[in-house]
Amino acid sequence: MANQPNYQTGLIFRFLFKREVVKLLVWIVPIVAMTVTIALAFNGLYETQEERQALAETMENPAMKALVGQGYGLDNYTDGAMLAHQMLLMTAVVVAIMSMLLIVRLTRADEEDGQLEMLRALPMGRLAQTNAALFVLVITNIVLMLITAISLTALGMDSIDWAGSLLYGSVLGTTGLFFGAITLLAAQLSDNTRGTMMLGYLVLGLSYMIRSIGDSGNELLSWFSPLGILLGSEVYVNNYWWPILVIVLLAIIIIALALYLQQIRDVGAGLLPQRSGRKAASPMLQSQIGLALRLLRTSLIAWIIGMMLIGISYGSVLGDLEAFLGESEAIMEIIGASGDMSITEQFISVLLKIMAIFSTIPALVVFVRLKSEEKKGRLEHLLAKPVSRKKILGTYLGLSFLTSIVMMLAGIIALAGIGVTVMDVDISFNTLVEAQLVYLPAVWILIGFAAALYGWCYKWSRFIWLYLLFSFLTVYLGDLLDLPAFILGLSPYYHIPELPTDQLSWVVMVVATGMALLLSFLGFLGFQRRDIET
Amino acid sequence: MKVLEVKQLTKTFGKVQALDGVDLAVNKGEVYGFIGPNGAGKSTTIRILLGLLKPTSGFARLFGKDAWEDAVAIHKRIAYVPGDVNLWPNLTGGEVIDLFLKMRGVRVDQSRKARLMEQFDFDPTKKCRTYSKGNRQKVALIAAFAADADLYILDEPTSGLDPLMERVFQQCVYEAKKKGSSVLLSSHILSEVERLCDRVAIIRQGEIIESGSLASLRHLTRIQLTIATKEVVPDLDSQPGVHDFKIENQHYVFQVDADQLDEMVRYVSQYGVVNLESAPPTLEDLFMRHYQGSTSGGGGQ
Repeated sequence: MANQPNYQTGLIFRFLFKREVVKLLVWIVPIVAMTVTIALAFNGLYETQEERQALAETMENPAMKALVGQGYGLDNYTDGAMLAHQMLLMTAVVVAIMSMLLIVRLTRADEEDGQLEMLRALPMGRLAQTNAALFVLVITNIVLMLITAISLTALGMDSIDWAGSLLYGSVLGTTGLFFGAITLLAAQLSDNTRGTMMLGYLVLGLSYMIRSIGDSGNELLSWFSPLGILLGSEVYVNNYWWPILVIVLLAIIIIALALYLQQIRDVGAGLLPQRSGRKAASPMLQSQIGLALRLLRTSLIAWIIGMMLIGISYGSVLGDLEAFLGESEAIMEIIGASGDMSITEQFISVLLKIMAIFSTIPALVVFVRLKSEEKKGRLEHLLAKPVSRKKILGTYLGLSFLTSIVMMLAGIIALAGIGVTVMDVDISFNTLVEAQLVYLPAVWILIGFAAALYGWCYKWSRFIWLYLLFSFLTVYLGDLLDLPAFILGLSPYYHIPELPTDQLSWVVMVVATGMALLLSFLGFLGFQRRDIET
Repeated sequence: MKVLEVKQLTKTFGKVQALDGVDLAVNKGEVYGFIGPNGAGKSTTIRILLGLLKPTSGFARLFGKDAWEDAVAIHKRIAYVPGDVNLWPNLTGGEVIDLFLKMRGVRVDQSRKARLMEQFDFDPTKKCRTYSKGNRQKVALIAAFAADADLYILDEPTSGLDPLMERVFQQCVYEAKKKGSSVLLSSHILSEVERLCDRVAIIRQGEIIESGSLASLRHLTRIQLTIATKEVVPDLDSQPGVHDFKIENQHYVFQVDADQLDEMVRYVSQYGVVNLESAPPTLEDLFMRHYQGSTSGGGGQ
């Protein structure tokens, strides 16, 4: 009885499970719902084998392969093959992130917050919490696997059968298990939550990238990525089970290593050496803007890369549009096709609207940071110094406006750069960039709206995300659902002329920019007169 | 000359009355103690002084300027240390100290900064997320004392410090006072307030219930007496101003109101005093008396 590392695992498991069950459902239900919705949508959008084969052809270019993986079963592109080929990888990445967050919450985060210390002071085994976290991980992924398999089979489509659906669910569950294991290992190496997550994301990012490069060129390389191996299962076409076995085995080895490391290390410590940081602040940091930029640095860089990737992937499909889209009635309806313009041009105008909404997200992320600084009690440090409220709000607002421009440029330059080389239609680089940048005033209205909310009703600041979601849905589904113009008109993006199809209207530009400035001004007015929250 | 003046200050949050007519005045070169139980309104008052909250009525002036309207001008002359120091987890302590000093816009004495870091035994190269509560407080304290200020506003600044570091802090306050600065010190550590402060104010349920110099406050309180006499003292327990009377080992042990002490000693001396021990009232006695008043007698108000 000298050492019982697993003592009380059961009790801790029940405790952790109760804590997590709601959060996990909030992940699992949308993941399954999305999978099922997409399966149904494919079934509705591509009714005949000809339509599906036309789609299969667009999958043959390297950009698509890099994005969603090697095509398989393309000569008989069934609904099942289409679902697995286009959705499985994306969904697997989401499941991986869910599992990584789960493990980091239950292990390193509890340890960093000192909660683990209190539990470990009770009669409890050294590995009890880690074991319990692993049980939660395994159960979560098994539940996800079964619900996915059952839901997909229940759709009753010919090509989406039980054998394939079970494998589809298993690929998702196995991905979750593997990246959960990776995160557990990372939690032993790093001594803080952020570092652990960074290590986890690094492995996930590398897996995706190695597979991308492999799938679009050197196929051998893909087998060095766990995601590449899992896609080798060729769900709904060949249903190979061996990739599942390989990855589960790998996960078990990683878990064993992590448990061993957990046993030999101190509570609160990590195995990687702690780097010591700067002793004094660099001149860059010593200003309002410098501080804000420093706090947002990582996410801004990530967003620029993200916007460029989105731009590249949209840009690379522009070449195949004319051939393919003309045959799909559903897509014609989404883009509201009319006769006198080329399909590509009409598609581009919808695409640019969506890109504009995407670039709004990082701009709002920048502004909303101010709210979280206030909530976390850090704003009062600054306000207790001779720094005016005007200056603080101005800094974040200015950065937010600037971010909207940078993000939009990053996306459109990537899109246009690739687009003009692959398109058959004659649209110049400059035309595309111009057609994108006219959306800036619409983005600014959302930023101004966020500022007004922050100034006057701090507690409702989050409402801005709902407004953005609403705007996105009106663009995405507006024509499909035949929504009346006054509802569509609630979205600022609706009023922006769609270049190159429409004429540029300076009146709209000026009015929209004016509204954005007015809303921002209201934000200043409110912020100057309200209490600072804690 | 008044550095800080608060008159009839009230603040309501929705239906909750947090402050109810608070008066405060801090003179130049004075260390002013601000004490009271949790939730009494200390931090609310301080946040109004900093222009973070807008007073519902009444006024708060620092250096003759309005705390809300002229916040920026006022903040050029003050240094603030909160009790709960929240910092950016991915910046180092050294970076945050520099950032704070830069924002105060004052000339930084680098050798003084280095000396403070050494005295507080502080490692500036670690990320803030790794600091304990005490170490986070050191960040704010070093940033406050590394440059001169006309007024230091300190809200429970030592709640996470060990006794050794508390002494370093007290040294900092002495030095600031010597240079003519004023200090508003809100604290729970009454021995600290007793040692440092010239005057104190006690706040309870959003009202100042007592204020003045420590000496004058002592007059309002009771003194602990232990007396032995040759003869039995008749009716000692029913003399005016006597409280908590008991007899232990043939000694009379009781408390007497400060203003009744003279009468009491005259009365007792008739019976041949053989031993008399008196203990001065501590701030804690004072505080406890008011505090207990709020729990037992407060119901009637």
